[in-house]
Amino acid sequence: MATQNTKTLARLMMAPAVIVLLVWMVVPLAMTLWYSFQNYNLLTPQNVSFAGFFNYVYFYTDPAFFESIWNTLVLVLGVLLITVIGGIAIALLIDQPIFGQGIVRILVISPFFVMPPVAALIWKNMIMHPGYGVLADVARFFGAQPVDWFAQYPLFSIIIIVAWQWLPFATLILLTALQSLDSEQKEAAEMDGANAFNRFIYLTLPHLSRAITVVILIQTIFLLGIYAEILVTTNGGPGYASTNLTFLIYRTARLGYDVGGGAAGGIIAVVLANIVAIFLMRAVGKNLDR
Amino acid sequence: MARTVTRGSKIGWTIAAWVVALLIFFPILYAFITSLKTEPEAIAGFSLIPSGTFENYVTVQTQRDYFKPFMNSVVLSIGSTILALLFAIPAAWSMAFSPTKRTKDILMWMLSTKMMPAVAVLIPIFILFRNFGLLDTRIGLTVMLTLINLPIVVWMLYTYFREIPGEILEAARMDGASLWKEIVYVLTPMAVPGIASTLLLNIILAWNEAFWTIQLTTTNAAPLTAFIASFSSPQGLFWAKLSAASTMAIAPILILGWFSQKQLVRGLTFGAVK
Amino acid sequence: MNLKTFLLGACSAVALCGFANAETLTIATVNNSDMIRMQGLTSEFTKANPDIQVEWVTLEENVLRERVTTDIAASGGQYDIVTIGNYEVPIWAKQQWLLPLDGLGDNYDVDDLLPAIRGGLSVDGKLYAAPFYGESAMIMYRKDLFEKAGLTMPDSPTWEFIGEAARKITDRNADISGICLRGKAGWGENMAFVSALNNSFGGRWFDENWKPQFDQPEWKAALQFYADLMKDAGPSGASSNGFNENLTLFQQGKCGMWMDATVAASMVSNPKESTVADKVGYAIFPSKEGVNNHGNWLWSWNLAIPASSQKAEAAQKFIAWATSKDYTALVASKEGWASVPPGTRTSLYNNEEYKKAAPFAGPTLAAMDAADITKPTVKPVPYTGGQFVAIPEFQALGTTVGQLFSAVIAGQSTVDDALTAAQATATRDMTRAGYIK
Repeated sequence: MATQNTKTLARLMMAPAVIVLLVWMVVPLAMTLWYSFQNYNLLTPQNVSFAGFFNYVYFYTDPAFFESIWNTLVLVLGVLLITVIGGIAIALLIDQPIFGQGIVRILVISPFFVMPPVAALIWKNMIMHPGYGVLADVARFFGAQPVDWFAQYPLFSIIIIVAWQWLPFATLILLTALQSLDSEQKEAAEMDGANAFNRFIYLTLPHLSRAITVVILIQTIFLLGIYAEILVTTNGGPGYASTNLTFLIYRTARLGYDVGGGAAGGIIAVVLANIVAIFLMRAVGKNLDR
Repeated sequence: MARTVTRGSKIGWTIAAWVVALLIFFPILYAFITSLKTEPEAIAGFSLIPSGTFENYVTVQTQRDYFKPFMNSVVLSIGSTILALLFAIPAAWSMAFSPTKRTKDILMWMLSTKMMPAVAVLIPIFILFRNFGLLDTRIGLTVMLTLINLPIVVWMLYTYFREIPGEILEAARMDGASLWKEIVYVLTPMAVPGIASTLLLNIILAWNEAFWTIQLTTTNAAPLTAFIASFSSPQGLFWAKLSAASTMAIAPILILGWFSQKQLVRGLTFGAVK
Repeated sequence: MNLKTFLLGACSAVALCGFANAETLTIATVNNSDMIRMQGLTSEFTKANPDIQVEWVTLEENVLRERVTTDIAASGGQYDIVTIGNYEVPIWAKQQWLLPLDGLGDNYDVDDLLPAIRGGLSVDGKLYAAPFYGESAMIMYRKDLFEKAGLTMPDSPTWEFIGEAARKITDRNADISGICLRGKAGWGENMAFVSALNNSFGGRWFDENWKPQFDQPEWKAALQFYADLMKDAGPSGASSNGFNENLTLFQQGKCGMWMDATVAASMVSNPKESTVADKVGYAIFPSKEGVNNHGNWLWSWNLAIPASSQKAEAAQKFIAWATSKDYTALVASKEGWASVPPGTRTSLYNNEEYKKAAPFAGPTLAAMDAADITKPTVKPVPYTGGQFVAIPEFQALGTTVGQLFSAVIAGQSTVDDALTAAQATATRDMTRAGYIK
């Protein structure tokens, strides 16, 4: 009886969020689907006509299409790798009893407060520029040739910038999870004589697994949509070396004013993102059930 | 037996943590230092000692009033966060405490609403906003920010709520507590830290959202992201000015983070102790 | 709480509108220094026109372009005056998105506008936007470095001379590059320079039937020249340098030569910003031996009124004020002649005071006069433009080709590969847009 009540109540509590999001998903998706079958360039509105699947074919046959998908994957995986491993390390570090813990924490979290375009500008011109960036100054100090980051390692440079922006998020979530780790358990393990490494592998890591899953899932969603950083730094070049799927859509929809082509690209991106999501859920989703 | 921390290891950890923290913070610190330089100084090569001029801040303020976009940022990020929490708390609650077979699917589906790249839906959304008269209104943008962050809020809350041990609920029920009492006296105190950190995180996300807040506003509802966009000029020297504008845009949220950080950590440790 | 914030918002919005029973113009503009100065002087306009209020939306160039184009094409109707380039004006005017400027007043003196600029802003003889400032491209070079290398800049330099001089001046130990040129991918970044270069080499983007011309020898010669030059005499990181990066390099004394927009002249010669202010010389954009063409680079930032504006009359009043001779005089009286917006009016270049204050006035005018957007290159073409092609499709196509060319500068692609890929992608885009039947 009580359970039946609870269940109904649970559904009612969930309903508003679900309904709002359902509307929010269906309306833009339907409009985008509609436009993806139209020949519609924003700058020549008199030429609107039915396009069939031409927009899809056109987007798919873009010379940069496959490279952009590859770049998207490299970008997402690279940033995830850096932020998860770095996030765990930093969370463990600042969870130690240290002097000035509060200040250290806020310093570590601070990149998260910087708007993406500003972060990209700062990194591009003040840090990574081969002429007057800080890294170039450091290289010259050691007598080395400054690295031309955006020409030689365009995608890697963007990964660094994005990882810097998202490291605080991962650290924050992981730190919170770390602090909920039962200190009695920790002490028990210490008493048993487990060394620091074993404590980490058998106690801390399993405890963090759900937090790691959340970091991976939420970040992936954001990382699939990265384009402002690319726009500011390399404009997708040199060649297509730093063009990801979102930038390709940006180029079609915003530079080409091709509403139909951009919509088709959006639909393709949604389908691919869902494939990634299903794959991810298979890989890490079981952690959510614990 | 409490853990004993030797002074030596504490100093060692302190040094390590500070080095890492300063490395991560360096780009922001450097931008702040640059904001105190003159424009020629700003490009003159590496230097940590500015001439200490405040002229950039004065220039920025005379060029564009800071107060109005600042107020817009405050209203939009707080408004959208509260709205999102109103929707998300009940949903996350029921998912965490009365999970069904489909809970995981619903969560995943919620996240998938964020998969459509914003650039692809801009024109449809713009037309919708125009037809409803929502362009350049705080209400329109608040709704927008609520919608795009709602999935994240649900997820975060769900994760935090899952940390609350189920046995406590069982115990309360055994004592004959009503559902209402269960929520108010047992669960809420335990959930507050999670809600607080979600709130903070979402305020930051809303504060930094730099696509819709620029594309859907002109003057009345434009927040600090638009303020910043008027200082990154592709023509002429703008480093010191951009740095000053960035500092002005970052500072409020940094200060908020600084204060709530202390509260958060205290709250979290409280919540973790059974 | 939530309701309260909404109410607060509504109240302040009402308060803002409240005292303005006058008309409020919403003006979108780019954040270049000349426009920011105009913003600062707005009070002079509102003093003379107390029934008009002005609200500014100042944005970075790319953001502004996206924002304004969306608004005008999807009839958002949020602006009364927009700042747009001469690239957009003819395209938008043909869509009837702009109101013709026929009420600028008797004192406006339309005939004083530079013919090249005015032509680019008119469709069927009607003016659709008023130029705020204009620019062409020219060479800015370091007189001291030229002297040290025993070189003199000729009146009309050729690319052959430039190539030689750049290599001679380059001094890697002193961190001085012989030449700084744009390399960052983008239709308004590296492609502005490369298109002008190609024009001066006698090449063209499309033939009369809109067939892309990247497979022609002119493009190959131009791109090869550019790639070799940047390799031998360009700065490090050239493939991500745009206007601003090069400006910074030049101001720090790290470039022997720089070819870019003429507005840069007032920045490199400003001692407050530039370490080489007193050592800068100017010359016209180079041409190739045997080809009479100096690139035809022409750009202007203009004020126009969207057809959706309900306040056209007030808007015209403002435009007439901001682009008038009186405005020029106003800026001169407040900030000196060197700061007036250049490149729009013949009278400015006949003004002795301006010529005295701005050593770059002569070369700028020469460059502007040499540019002809109706005839960008020696071969016949179906388009107008210079450093751009004035068709709506150019932004996306130019950026794609720009990406391919920046890979050459970064040393990750060969000239031949880049041209083949450019030819393929241009053919694809032009076929889709219906130019190639």
